[in-house]
Parts: sequence; C-alpha cells; structure tokens
Amino acid sequence: MPEKLMKYSDAVKEFDPVFGLETHVELCTQTKLFCPAHEEFGAEPNTELTPVSLGLPGSLPVVNKTAVDFAIKLGLALHCQINEWSQFARKNYFYPDMPRDYQISQFDKPTNGNGYLDIELDDGTPFRVPIERAHIEDDAGKNTHVGGADGRIEGADHSLVDYNRAGVPLIEIVTKPVEGGGDRVPEIADAYMRAIRDIVRALGISHGRMEQGNMRADVNISLRKKGETKLGTRSETKNVNTFRGIKKTLQYEIRRQAAILDEGGEILQETRHWDEATQTTAGGRVKSDANDYRYFPDPDLVMLHITQDHIDEIAKTMPEMPREHRARLQKEWKLSDLEMRDIINADALDLVEETVKDGATAAGARKWWLGEISRVANERSLSLEELPITPADVAEVEKLVADGKLNDKLAKQTVTGVLAGEGTPDEVVKKHGYQVVSDDGALDKAIDEALAANPDVAEKLKSGNMKPMGAIIGAVMRATHGQADAKAVSALVIKKMKG
Amino acid sequence: MPTFTRETVEHLGHLAQIALTDEEATRMQGELNVIADSINKVQEVASDDVEPTANPVPLEAYLRPDVPEKPLTREEALSGAPATEDGMFVAPRILGGDE
Amino acid sequence: MSAANENELVKLNAAQMAEKIRNKEVSSRELVDAELDVINAAEPELHAFLHVSADEARAQADEFDKKNAAGETEGLPELAGVPIAIKDMIVTKGIPTTAASKILEGWVPPYDATVIKKLKAAGMPLLGKTNLDEFAQGSSTEHSAFGPTHNPWDTERVPGGSGGGSASAVAAFEAPLALGTDTGGSIRQPGSLTGTVGVKPTYGGVSRFGAIAMASSLDQIGPVSRNVLDSALLQEVIGGHDVRDSTSIPMDVPPIAKAAREGYKRDLKGVRVGLVKQLSGDGYQPGVEARFNEAVKLLQDMGAEVVEVDCPHFDYALAAYYIIMPSEVSSNLARYDGMRYGLRVMPPEGVPQTAANMMAYTREAGFGDEVKRRIILGIYALSAGYYDAWYGSAQKVRTLIIDDFNKAFEKADVLVAPTSPTTAFKFGEKMNDPLTMYMSDVATIPANMAGTPAMSIPAGLSDDGLPVGFQFMAPQKHDEQMYKPAAALEAALEEQWGGPIWQSLKTPWLGDNANAAK
Repeated sequence: MPEKLMKYSDAVKEFDPVFGLETHVELCTQTKLFCPAHEEFGAEPNTELTPVSLGLPGSLPVVNKTAVDFAIKLGLALHCQINEWSQFARKNYFYPDMPRDYQISQFDKPTNGNGYLDIELDDGTPFRVPIERAHIEDDAGKNTHVGGADGRIEGADHSLVDYNRAGVPLIEIVTKPVEGGGDRVPEIADAYMRAIRDIVRALGISHGRMEQGNMRADVNISLRKKGETKLGTRSETKNVNTFRGIKKTLQYEIRRQAAILDEGGEILQETRHWDEATQTTAGGRVKSDANDYRYFPDPDLVMLHITQDHIDEIAKTMPEMPREHRARLQKEWKLSDLEMRDIINADALDLVEETVKDGATAAGARKWWLGEISRVANERSLSLEELPITPADVAEVEKLVADGKLNDKLAKQTVTGVLAGEGTPDEVVKKHGYQVVSDDGALDKAIDEALAANPDVAEKLKSGNMKPMGAIIGAVMRATHGQADAKAVSALVIKKMKG
Repeated sequence: MPTFTRETVEHLGHLAQIALTDEEATRMQGELNVIADSINKVQEVASDDVEPTANPVPLEAYLRPDVPEKPLTREEALSGAPATEDGMFVAPRILGGDE
Repeated sequence: MSAANENELVKLNAAQMAEKIRNKEVSSRELVDAELDVINAAEPELHAFLHVSADEARAQADEFDKKNAAGETEGLPELAGVPIAIKDMIVTKGIPTTAASKILEGWVPPYDATVIKKLKAAGMPLLGKTNLDEFAQGSSTEHSAFGPTHNPWDTERVPGGSGGGSASAVAAFEAPLALGTDTGGSIRQPGSLTGTVGVKPTYGGVSRFGAIAMASSLDQIGPVSRNVLDSALLQEVIGGHDVRDSTSIPMDVPPIAKAAREGYKRDLKGVRVGLVKQLSGDGYQPGVEARFNEAVKLLQDMGAEVVEVDCPHFDYALAAYYIIMPSEVSSNLARYDGMRYGLRVMPPEGVPQTAANMMAYTREAGFGDEVKRRIILGIYALSAGYYDAWYGSAQKVRTLIIDDFNKAFEKADVLVAPTSPTTAFKFGEKMNDPLTMYMSDVATIPANMAGTPAMSIPAGLSDDGLPVGFQFMAPQKHDEQMYKPAAALEAALEEQWGGPIWQSLKTPWLGDNANAAK
C-alpha cells in the first residue's frame, strides 16, 4: 500500500525539516578494535577471528591504539572536544551476528564531544553542521539469508553468519539536530556525507567507500510547522549506504511526514528502512524491546585516558583538510569555481591531483578524467578509481602528446587501450605501433597510391570538387594505420591538385 | 506493590532471551522479591556526593599496538558450532516470529 | 611404586614435591601417576573432577622429566613438574571446559587461558578440570549441572562453592595444588569448609584472560593448596601483567613467597592486625568464633599488635554485591545463545522456529535455576528507570567500601575475620533459600568489592569436627602483607596440633582406615 506523499515543494513551504545523521565510518586499521585479528575486505568467511572477536568464553577485549589515534584525528578535524577520560560501555541486545550479544560502544563518556563541520553546497553556499559526538565502537558480523527471494531477510529459511567483520572498529559521528536547512536539507546531508568521506580519506583513517560498506548512515528527520521552535517526532531510517539513498530518504520522509501532519496525523517514532528497489522508506519490523539496551560501563575495559601530549602528537601529523586543500589547488591550477566544482562533483579531485603530480598539466588531467575516462566509467557503472587506468598512465599519455609522439586521436586510442586492459600507455603504443606520421615523403607515397587506386576521385578533386577528399584521407589513414596527421594529408592533396 | 510483579518477571525473561516456564516465573517472582527486599538497602547510603566505582583497581587503558597476530583457523572457529554450512554458522530464520 | 609410598608422596606439600623432583628422588610422571591413582579411588565418593585429563597430564610430565634429565629446567619456577588441578571455569585448549553448565557441555576450547599457558611453560601437568557451581554461581557446588562435589571431611556435606571441586581435590590429596576463581569468595569459602588454603590475589594481579567471566569487575583467579607457601609459589607462577587483560595491573608479582618464608619464622613484631568489627557476631557459629579468637591470640603472642577497625559500609557489601554481580552476569552470559558453541535447543512444535526463539529455548534448557535467577535480577538492575536506584547505588556503595578499607589500612597492615560464618553444611540445607545461601559469603565479599587481596587458611576444627577458616585481607597490590602473618599463624597452629590439620582427616580412599600419616 503506497503511502500518501505531499509534493516536495509544498511540503517545504509548509514545514521546516530538521534532520540528523549518525554516520558509521569503518576504520582502516590493521587489526580489529579489541583483538589482533586482521581484517580485510573479501576474505574467506570466518577466517579472521581470534577468541575475542568470536566471543569465546574467557576472551577479553584490549583496545587498539591506532583506532584511538584515528578517533583523535577525526575529533581534531571536526573541531570536537576530545575528552581526557572516555569509557567503553556495553550495549546489550541479542542478535545472531553479535558474537557476545552485546556491542562495545561508548555511551555517556565518548572520546569526542561537541564539534562542527563547515561544508559547501554544490553552488558554493556555505553551511555549518553541528556535531554532537564521534565515538568509537565495534561492528557486528554479516548475515547471508538463504531460501528467500534475492537473499532478503524476509521469507528466508535460515541465515549464514560470517563473523569476520565482528570487531572491526567504527567511529559513529552523530550530528546535533541540523536546523535551518529548509528545502535544501537533502543537499546539505549529501554535501555533509561527501565532506565526511573526503575528510576520513584525507586523514587516512578509512577507505571511505560507501559501496564497500566503509560508510553508512542512520538518517533522522522530523518536521515542524514553519515558525515553531519545538522539534517534531522523528523517524529514523537505518543503514542507508549510498549518497543517493541518503538524499532520497530525506526527500521521501519529508514528503511522507508532511502528508501525515497535513491531515492532522501523528508521526510514529519508529525505525525505517530505505528500499532501493521501490525508492521508498518502509516502517514496521520494530525490534521488540530494542529500546532498552541496558548500557553500563564495560567492566572488562578500564577508562581510556587521552593526554594533551597525545593529542599534540597526533595534531602534528594532521594533513591539510579537504576544504583548504581544494582552495589551494584551485589557485595553483588557475581554475574557475565552476571548473573546480565539476572536478569535485565527479569525484576526480584526488585523481587529477595525482596526475598533475605525475607531470601533466591541470587542464590536460582534467580533460581526460572528466572526459573520456568518465564516459567509460559511466558506461561500465564503475567509479573512476575502479577503472584499470592510473594517474601515472594519464600523465604518460599527456607527455606523449606534448612530445608530439601522439596526436589527439592516437592519444584517445591509447587511453582506450589502457582502459581495455591492454597495459600501460607505452605498452599500448608499442602493441599497436601508434606513431604520428607527418613526414611528407611517407605521406606523399601513400597519397599517390590512394589517388592512383581511385582515379574517379582524383578526377573530381582535380576539377575542384573537394567533397570526396574524405575518401583519400581514409585510404591514407588505412595505409598508415591511422598514424597520419589528417590535416597534413589534406594540405598535401590540395597542394598536389593545384600543382 | 512488590518490586517484581508477574509481568515484570515475564518481561525480564523476554529481555534475557530465556523461555521461562510458568512454574519457573511464579517461583522466581517470589524469590526475587525476597532478594529485592534485602538489597534495596543500598539506596540508604548511596548519596549524591558519592562517586560510583566501576572497577576496583584504578587503571587507565593499556593501548595495544595495531599488529596482526595469527587468527584461529576456520576449523577451530567452527569447531564448537551447533550447525554450520559453507564455512559459516547457521542461524534459524531471523524473521517470522512474534515480533 | 607401592600404594603406601604413593600415599606418602601425595601427602607432601607442593614445595616438598618440587624439591624431590629437583633432587631426582621422584619424577613428575611418578607424581602424576600417584595423583591419578588417588583420583580413581576417591572420585566415586567425592566427585571433585568433571574431567580427568590423564593422558595429557602424563604426556606433560614425561616431557618435563625429559627436560629435567637433560638439565634443561633452568629458569623454571620452583614448582616445575608438580601437577595441578584446574577449576572448570578456566579455558584449556583441547580439554573440555564446561563451567559446570549444560549450555557448554562438550565444548573443547581452541585456546588456553593465560594462566594455563604459564603453568604449561612451568612444566606443571594438568590433572583435570574440577567441579563448581554452574558458572561459579553458588556457595556449595550443589548448582553444578553435573552433580555436587562432596566434602572429604564429611561426604554428607558440601565442600563450599563455587570452587568446591578444587578445594575437595586438594583436601583429599587428589592434587597438591589447584586453581580457583573467586568472585565473592569462591576460592576462600571452600578453603574454609575443606581445611585448605585459598587465595584471592589483588584484582588484576593474575590475568583473567581465559577465565570464563562471571562478574568481570570481581572475578579473580587464585591458588588452592594445603599450605601457605605452596599458594605463594603458585601465585608467583600465574601472576603478573598480561597485555591480553585490560584490567591486569602493569606490575610484577609482589614478593609473596619471600613473605611466606619470612612468616614461618613466627615473628610478627611491628605487624598491625585489624579485627573488622562488622565481620563477627550475629550469624557466626560459636565454634567458628572460638577458633577465630584463639587464632587472633596466637597472632598477638607472636608480637602482632591487634586493633579493632570499623568498616560500617561492609554491612551493605552483600546487598551491593547482589546487584553488581548479577548485572555483570546478565551481560557476560548473553553470549551463550546456541549460535557459536555449546548447546542448541530448537523451540517445540507450534512455536515459530526463529533464531530468537532458538536462543530463548536454548538458554531455558541450558542454564540452571540459580543462573537464570541472577540473569533476571541483573537485567532488572540495569534497566532504564531502575539503573540509578540499583546499579548506580551499588557502585557508590563500592566506593564507600573501598574508603572503609583505606581507612582501616591506615590503622592496620592486615585485616582479619572468619572466612565463613559457618562450617560445612549439609546437602540441601540451603538450596531452597537463596538468601541464606548468599549469607555464606558475607565475610568474603568485601575484598572482591574493593579488589583487595584476601586468603583463607585453616584455623582448626569446630566443635562439630569440621574445619574453620581464618581470613586475612591486605591492601591492593600488597599481597605480601597477608602472606607473612598467614604463614606465621599456620606454623603456630601446626605446632599446637602437632602437624597439619589434615592429620585429622579420615581418608578411606587412600586405603588406610586409621588417621593418615605418621
């Protein structure tokens, strides 16, 4: 039964949406949060476990120093108050993928409290998102559902559990209720998520890849009548794992809640799920008693003490933050705001930067990544990084062009070859024998042969009808395996005809 | 009213994920109320100015270096499992109960 | 070796056994075989063991003997080669570990507890796993899912608990040493009821890694032996910092064996002994109080200065304990859900066959009454709305108890009290009255709440002919402060008795009808 929705523009005219995001970022430490088991994406099920991450009787958690360092880094980047004393607590609930049937998280004493993040929307509008806390916790295992349709939990006969992910460190970044976003709430959420992604990558604390589950968010939203100050009842949509999904969840929830409130109805405080297939959120499936997690300090872990010296040490290792970094690059590359935003919106900034470092011009690097390579990425539904071409490859192609060894056409063919997995640009060039032929002697011969082979065309050209010129150029190209410079061929033909 | 009503005991059994029998719940209710009467007295001395102690020996967390160690083999990990399939632990269906 | 020789052998203290091994008068294998013979003979009556790891023990002993013969034992602890029994609350790789619960029946751990690794490194063969109240919850071993252990002093009576198996095994010469775990008195109270020595080290003094958790902030592994020195030597083997346990104290084991040896000189001049006012009187059996007072007099005779100390919040210790302990139990025992190890019970027909129901029926079938009661109590204490009144208040009481200890230790170097208010009780006597059962630990709980070290040593027999325990408590991280007076008192008492307390123990399973030895 489809839910009633209000038109988005009407909904935001009548109501003021207030949202919040709880973003889970998976840290790229070598080992798990509380035990020295390695964690790698895609490992064989249940091969990355110690007695601790399997929750065996008698096992005890010990905190990973790197996870704490990463939390401090993120705290600094988000302008958080980094608490001298923080504490791990147990969040108790039963679920098959939880090895201990409690999660170790932080409750009333998180490592990072109170901060903010300044972001920019696509059109450059600045916005400040207030941060409530960023705390450390461990992840659960993964269930695979068997016997139902499409591996869904609904209708499944049983589930198979892989505990490899259990114990992987997460940081949960919780915003305060974000007010004042108005009709741009979905955009703000999107820009915020991308900013978090860029920050965790810049800090080197997470791979920040949503498609691999490195980041996911719980999306809270409530509406209130314009002019009111009291927050409305919110819905919470759990585990949204794409940028688009987050945006769409907010759009959908604003429309759904507005329709209910408009009719004088009440919003149910509930947990919902984003359904990619139907592009809707669905309620129901309220976990019984899930509201009473019986948090208490984990007696197996003692207080975490973070000294100012420790923070100062970490502060020394902080890289330039994405925003400052971008401003600097834009200036160095002499790009307009729009050009820069195109690069950013295409998720190509790191790639372009890397390509420039490898010797290409900014304009050249930008042209390739936003042009041909983006086109192929779209075609294959892959991210730029997933394609088999590296910034070094692109820089190499640009160098060949600059040295006059490739023309534009050959350069494009070379890139196509690299994208087809034929090897490095050098290897592709060698394999196909790509080489610009501008030597008049070599061309002369090819042109003469072409004219001789096509006497009727030669006749027309001689009489001043230049229309069939293409046929001669084509023949010359074939003869030179595409390595001829088309302009040079055309000029030579005209010269011959006139001569 | 006693601390533990019949409903409370049943609710707690649910939270504890224990399928208490009726007879058990009845017996336990009586026992728990006797215990509750005697332990309620902690509130007499727990005034606001007293700090709680979670761990008897004051320590700060030792931070472990982020270096991998040899994990359990999959055979070891699965050795105690009541049911396995394809190298994974089998859970009965998760939905379809009385939730 | 003849039966008579074996009997003499098993009655040696661990330190004496170790000396004979060093002098090559006896091999580790001979000791293991002798103990296994006693176990075979005594178990039908006592049921101190849940599992006897005879093959593993013999193999370990042979390995040690080979090393010893080759002179490769340098650097090993003094107790090298001496066999030991392990409470089945401690995880042993390849040897079944059950916590005396049906929910873990048949589980064979893929790893060793830190203390087990240390024992193995010390060449100390593991004789087997001893009985206990299920998940160490109880004071009589009657809550074991596999049947109770009997007290060798009177097999109609309980050996105390939860570590009744370890205590009985050591008292009955089935093992010279054992490990226990003490959360509210589970090493000391059985020690008291079986005439053995039981020590709860400073919280964090011995690694808990591999000790199945009951209440993490209270649990502590410790030694069980027949004399004070043996416990000190064993604690030196198992103690020390462990990076796998976040609550482990980063310091070396205090010089406890040295303190025990010092104590045997029976000079307690300059030692201030504090009598805890709150741990006597109502509820303490007259025979227990009589032995206690006589022992205090002996301490005084050896030069100790006896003072009375006031610890008013000890009166709230039992109540706070029965909030904190079940709270932690409710969470620590959540993992027994039928998914990864141990028992799985599917719901009966008519009940949806879901994961949640499987867990609920597994836990219903797998846990005994006492465990269920504590889980339910703990969940209540942690619930939103009751947390502050119960769990929060109990944690505050804990602070007050620590304050009481701190004040008391300004006046005294060591505190003393009877270990248990009563001697061994009969089976069934307290089973239907949880509260009375809980009272068995009234004098041992304060030390757990405060993380202070404490130990029980035999103080003689009550008028009912059953052992009485004398408890010492020392400041955190200063276990040596109790070992010295404990050793002194042991020596003084044994002089009075003309030998160890076990001379009065009848040991029909050793084949001798008269009182043993000499």
